[in-house]
Amino acid sequence: MAEPQGAFAKLRAWREPKGFGVVLILLALTPAIYAIYGAASDITRGTRILGSNPVKEAEHFLGDWTLRFLVATLMITPLRQILKWNWLAKQRRTLGLFAFGYGILHWFAYIFLDVQLDWEEIVVDVTKRPYILIGSLALLLMVPLALTSTKKMIARLGGKRWNRLHKLVYVTAFLGVVHFWMSVKRDVSEPMLFAATFAVLFAYRIWKWRQSAAASAARA
Amino acid sequence: MLISRPSDIKSSEITPESEYLNRRAWLAVAGGAAVALGALGRPASAQVPQAMGKPFGLQPDDKPTPFADVTGYNNFYEFGTDKSDPAANSKNFKTTPWTIEVDGLAAKKGKFQLEDFIKPSTVEDRIYRFRCVEAWSMVIPWRGIPLADVIKRAEPLPSAKFVQFTTLFDRKQMPGQDVGSIPWPYTEGLRLDEANHPLTLLATGLYGKTLPNQNGAPIRLVVPWKYGFKSIKSIVKMTFTEKMPKTAWNELAPNEYGFYSNVNPAVDHPRWSQAKERRIGEFLRRATLPFNGYGDQVASLYNGLDLRKNY
Repeated sequence: MAEPQGAFAKLRAWREPKGFGVVLILLALTPAIYAIYGAASDITRGTRILGSNPVKEAEHFLGDWTLRFLVATLMITPLRQILKWNWLAKQRRTLGLFAFGYGILHWFAYIFLDVQLDWEEIVVDVTKRPYILIGSLALLLMVPLALTSTKKMIARLGGKRWNRLHKLVYVTAFLGVVHFWMSVKRDVSEPMLFAATFAVLFAYRIWKWRQSAAASAARA
Repeated sequence: MLISRPSDIKSSEITPESEYLNRRAWLAVAGGAAVALGALGRPASAQVPQAMGKPFGLQPDDKPTPFADVTGYNNFYEFGTDKSDPAANSKNFKTTPWTIEVDGLAAKKGKFQLEDFIKPSTVEDRIYRFRCVEAWSMVIPWRGIPLADVIKRAEPLPSAKFVQFTTLFDRKQMPGQDVGSIPWPYTEGLRLDEANHPLTLLATGLYGKTLPNQNGAPIRLVVPWKYGFKSIKSIVKMTFTEKMPKTAWNELAPNEYGFYSNVNPAVDHPRWSQAKERRIGEFLRRATLPFNGYGDQVASLYNGLDLRKNY
């Protein structure tokens, strides 16, 4: 089996393509531009870029992309470790911030387009409807992560404390999927796919932690 | 298959001429208010025919939802759960020949060809409000016959108190039925007095055309004061029963979808408010009306019934 090994080695030898960071940012902005332009055009000009119900479509689309960016963020570390792509590490912050940004846009779509600042309804939603409470919590937990994403903040907190704080991303991912799962009427295939993906990403980390725990136990 | 007999019924007999609203008059009534409400920039559809039928229970600012939305934004899980799935996946759905079975507590039971089932009745064009349980709504110009006509011909026995409807079960044609999301076939039901109410329609068309497949061809129920899922599509069977029949969504989630499912802004779905609705094609939400605006006609059916418990 020389060839796959060779292919794997080749893959591992990949270095950061030129302009990768910029391309990634541009790609990450595309869904947001599509949703904002589509919703604005559909609402003001009566086009059907997002379909017959642009408000709901924009809201769901932005929620979907929040979860996708969370998946992408959590894929960085495994990819980096398996493929030895250390150059990927710095993209984790970019993707994480995009996850937060899409979460905020999803929330904006809910507040401004969907319930249209009907505060009475928002209060009832948050207090009486668990999936909205859970979604709000998932978003809220991303706030401290976004605020401590700068190099300055990492230095201020110290690597260890910063790492511990940023474990919150797992809680956000879990709550995000629960929020999605509870919100659908019947067809849970999409939330299930997200749940399975996060499960694999979580399982990888548990495996890694056990490995390192075993290694340090052996050393002791 | 266009179920109407243009040769022997003049359109003026179907809908009295005085009640016709031509497009111009219609817009004069509805246009101004809708624009003020912050309606989308979507122009009143060019497909709106000169006369769409007699309006029932419409509010002054109600105007028919464009044909593209009525036929492109559908809940019809037999063809997929996405709103655009039914239009995409029902293109080859075969609706001729079509047989409807009348069963249960009735004197005239049997299987009927759709044409024979419809023929004795007068086909009418009626514009109704339509409110989905998901808090969106439309205004739809239906074409169809009163369900009461069909029930009369079936001669239900005195013991019959309900009527249950069943959708076609055909996995080859309805790919959504491969997914176990609903205990197929889809069923719905009405109390006999609800079924006999003059507003209750068996629709065979919309916008003056044969019913598109994604809207429940060739024949579907339309109960305008109830949430949309009560208006079962592609009906193959009607069963008269003494006991309240099982209905699909109620079986799945009895705490979310009751047997009655009358449109009621005061009783929320557990996961969302029912106080307001988004009219497809408009941005600002509207207040949802009790019985979807048909309270004057139907509220008396529920005298003495606690509508909070019997949601």
